[in-house]
Amino acid sequence: MSERKLVDAKNTFCPGPLMELIGQMKMAEIGDELEILSTDQGSANDIPEWINKVGHEMVDTFENEGVWHIVVKKTK
Amino acid sequence: MNILVVGGGMGGTILANNLARRLSSELKAGKASITMLSASDKHMYQPGLLYVAFGKMSPDELYRDQVSLLESSITFRVDPVTKFNLKENNVVTESGKQYDYDIIVISTGSRTHAEGTPGLAENACQFYTEADALKMHKTLQNFEGGKVVVAVGVPHKCPMAPLEITFMLADYFRERGILDKVQLHYTYPIGRVHSLEAVAKWAQPEFDRLGITYETLFNMKEVTPDKVISEEGTEAEYDLLVTVPSHKGMQVIEDNDLGAGGFIPTNRTRLNIEGYENAFVIGDTTNLPISKAGSTAHYEAETLAENIASTIKIGTPVRDYDGKVFCFIEAGEGKATYAMFNYQNPPDPKEPTKGIHWFKTAYNKMYWASARGLL
Repeated sequence: MSERKLVDAKNTFCPGPLMELIGQMKMAEIGDELEILSTDQGSANDIPEWINKVGHEMVDTFENEGVWHIVVKKTK
Repeated sequence: MNILVVGGGMGGTILANNLARRLSSELKAGKASITMLSASDKHMYQPGLLYVAFGKMSPDELYRDQVSLLESSITFRVDPVTKFNLKENNVVTESGKQYDYDIIVISTGSRTHAEGTPGLAENACQFYTEADALKMHKTLQNFEGGKVVVAVGVPHKCPMAPLEITFMLADYFRERGILDKVQLHYTYPIGRVHSLEAVAKWAQPEFDRLGITYETLFNMKEVTPDKVISEEGTEAEYDLLVTVPSHKGMQVIEDNDLGAGGFIPTNRTRLNIEGYENAFVIGDTTNLPISKAGSTAHYEAETLAENIASTIKIGTPVRDYDGKVFCFIEAGEGKATYAMFNYQNPPDPKEPTKGIHWFKTAYNKMYWASARGLL
C-alpha cells in the first residue's frame, strides 16, 4: 500500500537534501510519496529538476517558517 | 548497570573506551559493566583502503587486534548479534547466548551494496574491502590508457571519497607518466560536483585545471561491460570504471526490522532509537541525514559516552550531539584540505596545502590512539 514518508533534512549540509531524497527514493515503492523537509532554499530548485529529469512526479512545494516542504511521488 | 555495545568499529570502540574511563569507579565497584560484542577479533582502519588501492599502504597496516584497543575493564566477545529484543532489553548472539542489558549502543556500521546496481559489481573497481582495494590496485597497474569513469552510488560512506579517488587517480597516472593517455570523467548524483556547496565550488575549477570532465545529476541505473547508463537517461562509456557504490546498513539490522536499508531511525541530538530511551545508535548505522564518516561516529561516540555516564552518575544527559563532522579531503599533487561542519554551521574549506596532506598521512598512523580514546 502506498504511503507518504517524511524525510527530515533540515539543517544538514552533507549529503544534503537532494542526495538524501535520492537514497530514500531507491528504498521506496512505486506509488509512495516522500515529503522532504529542507532549510536549503536551493532544494526548491534542484529537487524538482532531478524529479523531472528522472521522470518521477512533483506533488507539492511550499515554504513554511523557513522550511521547504517538497512532496514527490515515485512513479517508476 | 549493564551496558552493551554491539559493534567493534570506530564508533563502538571510542564509545566503549570513553565510557570505561568515565565509569572507572563504578566498574571497579561492580556497579556497572561494559560488554562489547563484535563480528571480528580484528579492527580495521577503513580510510586506509583508499591508499591500498594505490599501493601507498599495505593491508597489514590497516589492522590491530580489537582487544588491544580496548580498556581492560571492557568485556570483549567475538559473538555477533543475530536477534535484537529491544522491548525485553536483551540480544541473542550467533552462539545462542542471550545478553541482557540496561543500556544498549548499536554501532554495526554499513556495507557496500554494489549488487543493487545491475552490472556494477562485475564491471567496476571499488576499494571498500581489502580484497577490492587490492584488486583495484592490480587493475590500475595493468591499465595503459583510455577513458576512466568515476561513478557514485547513494548513499555512500565517506562523502569525500568520490573527489579523493578522482584526484588520486590523476596523481597515479601522472606518476606513471600516462596521464596524457587517460581521460578522467567524473559523475555525481546531484546537480554539482559535491554535496557540500563550498567544496563543489573549490573542486569544479580544480577539475577544469586538470582536464577532468564531469557530469552531474548522474545516478547509476545499469552498468554494461563498456558503459554506465544513468537514471537520468544519459550514458558514460568507459575503458575503466571506478565506483563509490551505494551502501546499506548491516543485514542483521534489516533482519530485525530495525530500519529500512539497515539504517535505524535515530534522534538527531540524543542519538536514541526513536521510541526507546535506553537504546542508542551511532556511526553509519543511524538514519541521520548527515555524512557517513569515521569522524561522525567519533563525535557521536564522545557525546553519547558523556551522556550515558552522566545519566548513570546524576540521572540526566548533559549535552546534545550537534551534528559535528570533520573530513579530510585529499586534493592530489601532495596537498589536502578539510571540511568541518555541524547542523548549524556550513563548512568553509581552505585552500589545500602540503601541511594538511602530511597531517592526514600522519593521522593514518595516529588513528589507533584515536580509537583508544587518547586523541
